[in-house]
Amino acid sequence: MNRTPVLEARDLRVRRGGTEVLAINSFTLHENETVALIGPNGAGKSSLMLTLAGLLEPASGQLLFRNEPLPTGSAATGYRRRIAMVFQEPLLFDTTVFGNVAAGLKIRGIPPGEIRDRVDATLRRFRIAHLAQRSARKLSGGEAQRTSLARAFATRPEVIILDEPFAALDPPTRQLLTDDLEQVLREWRTAAILSTHDQGEALRLADRMMVMNNGAIVQSGPPSEVMNRPATEFVAAFVGMENIFSGTTTTTVGGLLSLEIAGTHLEFMGDGVPGENVVFCIRPEHVTVSVGTPESHTSARNVFPGRIVRIVPLGLYQKLYLECGFTLVAAVTNQSLQELQLAPGSPVFASFKATAVHLFRSG
Amino acid sequence: MEVLFQGIREALRLLLTFDKEVLSITLLSLKVSGLATLISVGVGMGGGTAVALTEFPGKRLLVSVVNTGMGLPPVVVGLFVTVMLWRNGPLGQWEILYTPTAMVIAQTVIAAPIVMGITIAAIQNLPPNLKLQILSLGASRPQMLLLLVREARLPLLAAVMAGFGGVISEVGASIMVGGNIKGYTRVLTTATVMESGKGNFDTAIALGIILLTLCFGINYLLTVVQQRERPR
Amino acid sequence: MTTTRFRFLFTFFFLLLLLSPAISPARAASKNLILATTTSTQDSGLLDLLIPLFEKESGLMVKTIAVGSGQAMKMGEKGEADVLLVHSPDAEKKFMTGEFGINRRLVMHNDFILVGPTTDPAKIRGMKQSTVAFKQIAATGALFLSRGDNSGTHAKEKGLWNGAGINPEGQKWYQQTGLGMGQTLNVAAEKKGYTLADRGTYLAMKKSLGMEILVEGEPLLLNIYHVIEVNPLKWPKVNGAGARAFAEFMISKKVQDLIGKFGAEKYGAPLFFPDAGKKPETLGL
Repeated sequence: MNRTPVLEARDLRVRRGGTEVLAINSFTLHENETVALIGPNGAGKSSLMLTLAGLLEPASGQLLFRNEPLPTGSAATGYRRRIAMVFQEPLLFDTTVFGNVAAGLKIRGIPPGEIRDRVDATLRRFRIAHLAQRSARKLSGGEAQRTSLARAFATRPEVIILDEPFAALDPPTRQLLTDDLEQVLREWRTAAILSTHDQGEALRLADRMMVMNNGAIVQSGPPSEVMNRPATEFVAAFVGMENIFSGTTTTTVGGLLSLEIAGTHLEFMGDGVPGENVVFCIRPEHVTVSVGTPESHTSARNVFPGRIVRIVPLGLYQKLYLECGFTLVAAVTNQSLQELQLAPGSPVFASFKATAVHLFRSG
Repeated sequence: MEVLFQGIREALRLLLTFDKEVLSITLLSLKVSGLATLISVGVGMGGGTAVALTEFPGKRLLVSVVNTGMGLPPVVVGLFVTVMLWRNGPLGQWEILYTPTAMVIAQTVIAAPIVMGITIAAIQNLPPNLKLQILSLGASRPQMLLLLVREARLPLLAAVMAGFGGVISEVGASIMVGGNIKGYTRVLTTATVMESGKGNFDTAIALGIILLTLCFGINYLLTVVQQRERPR
Repeated sequence: MTTTRFRFLFTFFFLLLLLSPAISPARAASKNLILATTTSTQDSGLLDLLIPLFEKESGLMVKTIAVGSGQAMKMGEKGEADVLLVHSPDAEKKFMTGEFGINRRLVMHNDFILVGPTTDPAKIRGMKQSTVAFKQIAATGALFLSRGDNSGTHAKEKGLWNGAGINPEGQKWYQQTGLGMGQTLNVAAEKKGYTLADRGTYLAMKKSLGMEILVEGEPLLLNIYHVIEVNPLKWPKVNGAGARAFAEFMISKKVQDLIGKFGAEKYGAPLFFPDAGKKPETLGL
């Protein structure tokens, strides 16, 4: 991957309505890269995107586009002509689909003939060529968002900023659009920033994932790292690490830490010294459930007897809440649930590998 | 009833024979109210768009004032404009009382808040992110304003119609600041009042019918434009 | 495209303005003459005949503001008019005493008449004295409509009530329209009431009214018009020369002849009697 930075922010502070909404120490978007921003509502995703799009003036800090400071005021128009932004609502103009996709090019004063060619190509790329002459008011949600995407991409932006572009769509439509967007991003090698509530979408599209909370980026890294090695308890909870415990380490032998929680002894991989306060977490899908005692030569070091308290069906799999002296959440497939004949009250053994545990020091 | 038919007959006669006086009265009505509307569109749409798009202390108060202004009684406007324009009034040196210019001023005072009020509502009704979307498409500020106004064009055309309809049919202010001077400031409404005062009800009804036809014609034209705006 | 439609719309408005003759800005002050007069002179159509003549002769642009005599004199007092043509002798005298006007000159007269429905519920038809008729109206409680607008006619009417020793204000049978002569006649016709009107307006509207002249011919009912130039010493902006020219025009032989003939053809009798140079006393006052 090309590591040339396209868009950078340093010590960025943004205020809206008198309160500070963004405090970004460092943000970088590289050439050809797709960055996904995730975080709860109000975390500052939209503010960050508007600021990066030159639509929100920062109170302080540095914004660089290809190593040049972002122009402000009326000079910002030139910058905005090199990027594009798509919002959650399609925000289409009251004209035809063609007219909408042509809008950005018209604004740039491109000759009509060239506009026609470029719009036609973009419409085909987003598979809405057949809608060209249709009124934007008579489109389905998916068609409208495709038009909005096409309008943004028609200008061939160097950076595309997508603020929850698919949030308002139903899952099948969203799936199709995500596919097409992924292809266009790969093909046209456009650097992109995408905010989303859908972690699946983020995993699909993103080369890097950033978790935001309270106006700050709390973790940034490859999606697998963020999902499996959350840097803080907040990130852990946000990316779906449902088993989060805190405790004090007792012994440390050969990179293996021991820890006691509610009278139960746990072991996991990690560096540390005895007497340290730590937080550790395990994804539910990394917890194994068995009816009898697991074979003695299992590699799982942590085996706990317990009882099923509750079963929550979640489509392809089911979530089990286990009482083992402490509450542990495990994810099992529907098939396993049937084979093991699990029901609330069933006695089971829960186990996980020492390597499945992710640990961080609690602040 | 008979007087009504006489009036309709008289109206047709006046229209078909291109009665010189009626023609000049009609043209003056169009001219004065058209110009007042045009100025109101400039002031009201410009100001309304600016108010709708910017945040400043006292905005609510200003919008309330504008909305109140939408219902200004024409006679009150006429009275204030007359007092201002008196020879010995604050603007006396302009020497424009009892002129078409004074009528244009009074009618602008009546129409501008109407156009402005509807403009503010129309622009504020647009999606809040539309402005940002347009800017992010690379629009300069003037381009953005143009695109926003274009998006709100249907209610804005309604604003033009409301403004024009309000002033062409208004009589109180026109008679006060214009004086209903024959061949100079006599417009359809003031002539109608005068003719009915003289007991010439057929002529008065004829003038009324011409006024109605004119209003209908202009509004029909604008409605056609408005409806043809919609793409398939 | 949408923009073309917009252009079309604005072009339409601009064409509208261009096609019609340009709205002339205010002409130079001395070219303007504001004549404040009564609705009765305007409603009779006399001014439509005389004003164009005067404009042609003098090169001045006359702005005729037709209001009640009371308001006309108020305009004169404030210097908002240059010359007055009014018919409210008592108020005019006060106006002159206050030095608001100069050269008050007799122009013409017609007369007031007491009109009412043909059924004549108060039985006043043919009475010789208007005050007696007024007393009878009050006594029978028959509806009477007053201008109530401080016009010359209103002033005359109040004088007659005074002469009859009756204060009609607030009486149920006494209603004030606050409108001009023509409109008040319309209201009276509609409500079948009595009213005091000037003969000119009545004759001009006779065909549509269905009312009758019930009392007429008394010297007390004379309706006398004077032309008064507003005092230019009091208000420097007043067009004194123009006012003088208009006054001279009104009493000129030619115009006096026109006044004497005006309406004779259309209504069978002249609406006004020229009086220039006469003394009011000779009219029977």
